[in-house]
Amino acid sequence: MNEFAYFDHDADIGIIGKGPTLERAFESAAEAMFAIMAEELPEQLEVEISFVFEEEDVEFALVRWLNFLLAHAQSRSIVLGRFELRREGALWHTKAWGVPWSKEIMRGVEVKGATLTMLSVKESAGLWEARCIVDV
Amino acid sequence: MNIQQLEQINAYSWRLPRLFDEKRSEVLLYGSEVLLETMDDKVLEQIRNVAMLPGLVGPAMTMPDAHWGYGFPIGGVAAFDAEQGGIISAGGVGFDISCGIRCLRTNLRVHEIEDDLENLADLLYARIPAGLGTTGDLRLTVPELDEVLRKGAKWALKQGYGLPEDLAFIEEGGCMENAEPDFVSDLAKKRQLGEMGTLGSGNHYLEVQVVEKIYDEEAARAFGISEGQILISIHCGSRGLGHQIGSDYMVILAKEARRLGITIPDRELACVPILSDAGQRYIGAMNAGINCALANRQILTHLTREVFGILFTGSSVDTLYDVSHNTCKKERHIVDGKARDLWVHRKGATRAFGPGHRQLPPEYRSVGQPVIIGGSMGTGSYILAGSDTSEARSFASASHGAGRAMSRHQAKKRWSGREVLDRLKGEGILIRSDSMRGISEEAPEAYKDVDEVAKVTEEAGLARRVAFLSPKVCIKG
Repeated sequence: MNEFAYFDHDADIGIIGKGPTLERAFESAAEAMFAIMAEELPEQLEVEISFVFEEEDVEFALVRWLNFLLAHAQSRSIVLGRFELRREGALWHTKAWGVPWSKEIMRGVEVKGATLTMLSVKESAGLWEARCIVDV
Repeated sequence: MNIQQLEQINAYSWRLPRLFDEKRSEVLLYGSEVLLETMDDKVLEQIRNVAMLPGLVGPAMTMPDAHWGYGFPIGGVAAFDAEQGGIISAGGVGFDISCGIRCLRTNLRVHEIEDDLENLADLLYARIPAGLGTTGDLRLTVPELDEVLRKGAKWALKQGYGLPEDLAFIEEGGCMENAEPDFVSDLAKKRQLGEMGTLGSGNHYLEVQVVEKIYDEEAARAFGISEGQILISIHCGSRGLGHQIGSDYMVILAKEARRLGITIPDRELACVPILSDAGQRYIGAMNAGINCALANRQILTHLTREVFGILFTGSSVDTLYDVSHNTCKKERHIVDGKARDLWVHRKGATRAFGPGHRQLPPEYRSVGQPVIIGGSMGTGSYILAGSDTSEARSFASASHGAGRAMSRHQAKKRWSGREVLDRLKGEGILIRSDSMRGISEEAPEAYKDVDEVAKVTEEAGLARRVAFLSPKVCIKG
């Protein structure tokens, strides 16, 4: 499990993902975002999704990746809980796992999209941090 | 916000003075001292950035309910002239394209529903798809969805959702012209196939309300409302489709702006000239998003009518008005005595055409457009009417809601969802929701004082108060 946190915004929510690599920081940002929507998920995440997208700019890549995850999850009526990201130049290969929404899942609030506001991806002393505001 | 940095024009209008070398248009803030002092400084920073965008006509403005948004402040209004290099910004519209409020008017009085409030709450909650992971009964194909995106509420009506007379009381007659489904991504469409007729979550709601107080008898008569009458407000937007259009174009426009060498003070203000290819594509997609929202609220209106038909035989549920508060529309406005076609961004702001405007239905033309200010779950909402002065002061725009006074994180830490539910039930307000987190984040105290917002909106000459509505039942996603 990677490390994530939140920061305040008037109407929406700021998410922060941290990790030893860029990819791990992105993954924890995704965990932060989906934890806003569902507080606890079952251990067995039986639905797997995968997709690839192309983006050279790492900050745009974060926002686009989070929005792709939201879109794929919503179109399948699932909630995601585990993420695996591999970068190959400008190509970003994603796998993610989740479960269909059910009464047993404690619902939070819907994230409409990841925004460019307070968007940053940076590395300091070997720790990567990826952050942005998500619109709820 | 530190109001010492502002120049007061009158009790409810303030100007941000320019620094000696600052190149930007005027910044105008509408609000009382109390409201401005509770606003985050980011509101000022964001609206100052908007005032630097090319082709802006008149001032960049904030409404009395403004708060910190992304790029544009929520409650931000800015008009651009396409012929003078004016821009369109996805951040100036927002993710939930055409999010808005449909207000319905019943022929019921409060005493006629009071004994059935629990049943009403339960049946609405059962019939109105709300909350995360919820889909409606409708499952569309892509060609069917393309028709929704072209026709809006007219599509819904053709499918049997609603009454023909609804259309006259929806902005644009229920159908936004120049919608281009081809400019909407496949992913955006995929997100929407099972989402038509759903409420969503967060600050979206369906609320049964009672008219508590009338401020303007003439306008109330025109709107067909009187004290003790039951109204229903449906607050939602273009769901997953709108969100994806916003996400897609935010990045597309940011990259295009960079390519065109447009200097943007904040990346989230990503914008391109209205007349550019990217600008026209965004407008076509945004208009499709507007139609999606209008169709969505039309379907929810139909579902609401079904519930009232089951519980209250012989009741009528008519559309009072449907307003959108996240849009950019081409409108004709008078600037320095001349009529000009302007693209008016309203991000969390309601259109407020004054009396006599030709786009208003004949029934409302003498009193002005209904403006709906949605409050929080426990405090109530207002219906206002566009005023004679709204055109000159704000390109005919007004407030859209109470506006948040506290972050979601702070609210969640302060109140539990159960505590809020129980307290409101004690006050006679029934809430139905699957999300206790959502309830705590939407606690009434997390919002600004809606009474102050409505009063200041009137005092600033943006719209005048017609009626105050208090909540009885609230369905939250």
